[in-house]
Amino acid sequence: MNNKFASHLIIGLTLTFLIGPFLIIILAGLSAGDFMTFPPDGISLKWYIKVFTVESFRESFWLSMFLAVFGTICALVLGIPAAYAISRYDLPYSETIKTIVAAPIIVPGIIVGLALLRYLVVPLNFTVTLALFMAHTALVLPYAVRVVSSSLNNLRADIEEAAVLLGCTRLGAFMRVVLPNIRSGVLAAFILGFVTSFNQVPVSLFLSGPGVRTLPIDMLGYMEITYDPSVAALSALLAFLSVAIVFVAEKFLGFSRYV
Amino acid sequence: MSDTFVSLQKLSLAYGQTLVVPDLDLDIRKGELIALLGPSGCGKTTTMRAIAGLMAPQSGHILIDSQDVTRVPANKRGIGLVFQSYALFPHLSAFENVAFGLRLKKLANSDITKRVDQGLETMGLAHLAKRKPDDMSGGQQQRLSLARSLVMEPKVLLLDEPLSNLDARLRLDMRLELQRVQRETGITMVFVTHDQAEALALADRIVLMKDGKIEQLGTPDELYNAPQTRFAADFLGFQNIFEVVDQTIIGEGNALPLSFQTTARYLAWRPGAVALEKGEYEGTIKGVSFAGEQREFVIEAPIGQVKAATPAANPQHQIGETIRFHLPSEGACELSH
Repeated sequence: MNNKFASHLIIGLTLTFLIGPFLIIILAGLSAGDFMTFPPDGISLKWYIKVFTVESFRESFWLSMFLAVFGTICALVLGIPAAYAISRYDLPYSETIKTIVAAPIIVPGIIVGLALLRYLVVPLNFTVTLALFMAHTALVLPYAVRVVSSSLNNLRADIEEAAVLLGCTRLGAFMRVVLPNIRSGVLAAFILGFVTSFNQVPVSLFLSGPGVRTLPIDMLGYMEITYDPSVAALSALLAFLSVAIVFVAEKFLGFSRYV
Repeated sequence: MSDTFVSLQKLSLAYGQTLVVPDLDLDIRKGELIALLGPSGCGKTTTMRAIAGLMAPQSGHILIDSQDVTRVPANKRGIGLVFQSYALFPHLSAFENVAFGLRLKKLANSDITKRVDQGLETMGLAHLAKRKPDDMSGGQQQRLSLARSLVMEPKVLLLDEPLSNLDARLRLDMRLELQRVQRETGITMVFVTHDQAEALALADRIVLMKDGKIEQLGTPDELYNAPQTRFAADFLGFQNIFEVVDQTIIGEGNALPLSFQTTARYLAWRPGAVALEKGEYEGTIKGVSFAGEQREFVIEAPIGQVKAATPAANPQHQIGETIRFHLPSEGACELSH
């Protein structure tokens, strides 16, 4: 009895700490007042509506979207062949390669950001957008490789030889037989990469410049000047977007199998 | 030989630095069902993969239908391979699995449908055309894999351990199926197996391989009744193999006189050929096991262990009993080395 009570208490506390902040944000965004407060100062949807009218939010939202979509696609284009090579061939330094590929998630984002700024943007005159794009691609790459690898490891290798004997080239066999069978893994990698990129703060922080900011960085900047509930409203909307994506992915792909 | 269809000439196959098959010569006749038999690591699968074009030989030539195909890539060689694991495409229905190769040939849709339907029909899979391979039984998957290869009308059909993943009843079905296919299509078939019973039951000729070399090549009858080497005899169930020196058989440092004349270096007997209860030798029974129609004995004799088998109805013997036995000239197989 005591045990049961204790475990319920622990579960309850865990959920409170996990979901509580989310609820506070949603409610804070619903405030009718001019400052972010909890409990909210009356109820209105005006801050949720205001979010869409702020010019810089719109711009940074599209930049974040662009980075998340194309950075992830780029990471997949690089990551799928890498995952294929790691899982199908007996490479001489495959452990080292795996470590290097995983490095961007092991090395703290602050360091990655600083390094990119110090060695790419400043000396080589890379534009901020290009540096951001490269950083996001690199950050998503480990997820792409890992998720696609696990998908490939579940697929028999001999079906490619079977396809070749039926007339395919090696590349044709990959396109006709391998890709269709790892499709759900690739989609899962895309979603995971998208969410990772979209929510990325530390690296983007270093690489954002005047006029070029990702949405999370823009929100930070906005809060330094204005402490109104619109940031809370925007956070809540983004959280809903993430939840919706993961929910859809889980429902249709059995997403959690790959992560 | 004039009707040679597949010819391997001085074929050397290697994985990296490891030479698996050195200098193999083999002629396979048109319409023949030939078995590559041997223990794992003997090079049988490697040889099959080389015929398919899945691995390039280090040296030597592969001729199919008088054409040198050594440098022809696997996808242009026109050879079918039924994989041990069947290697079906999991994302495609049975119909599309069979249609896969035909679609690559860019045949007309109506033509494809006709040939696939016919292929599925022949294999008794017509009612499963819409199923995915994962929803089919092992036997059905294998027949689907066979249909997928046959519909391409390959010049040669290769089969990797075709019966090993099936249970005893399906095994018999598949054996009959393969023989029917061979009869009806006249296709040349090469199959790889480590199971001597499988090779004996199915093949027209058996190529027994050891360390990448042909140990013996012959009909099932020849291999079963007249193996020529100790390796062949051992592989085909001759469990008693002894060296012969000056009309005596040698074992464990002891010599026993032989009851008949021979010029062979080695002699071998199957357990069933050893006569019990009378004879010139004596030993102690160390083990008895009942195997249905017969009872098998392990006898500890001065020349080592002798394995014998008698009909189960014969008198029982107990472990520890001393028993006389005889190694007769009939049933003795002469081995050269």
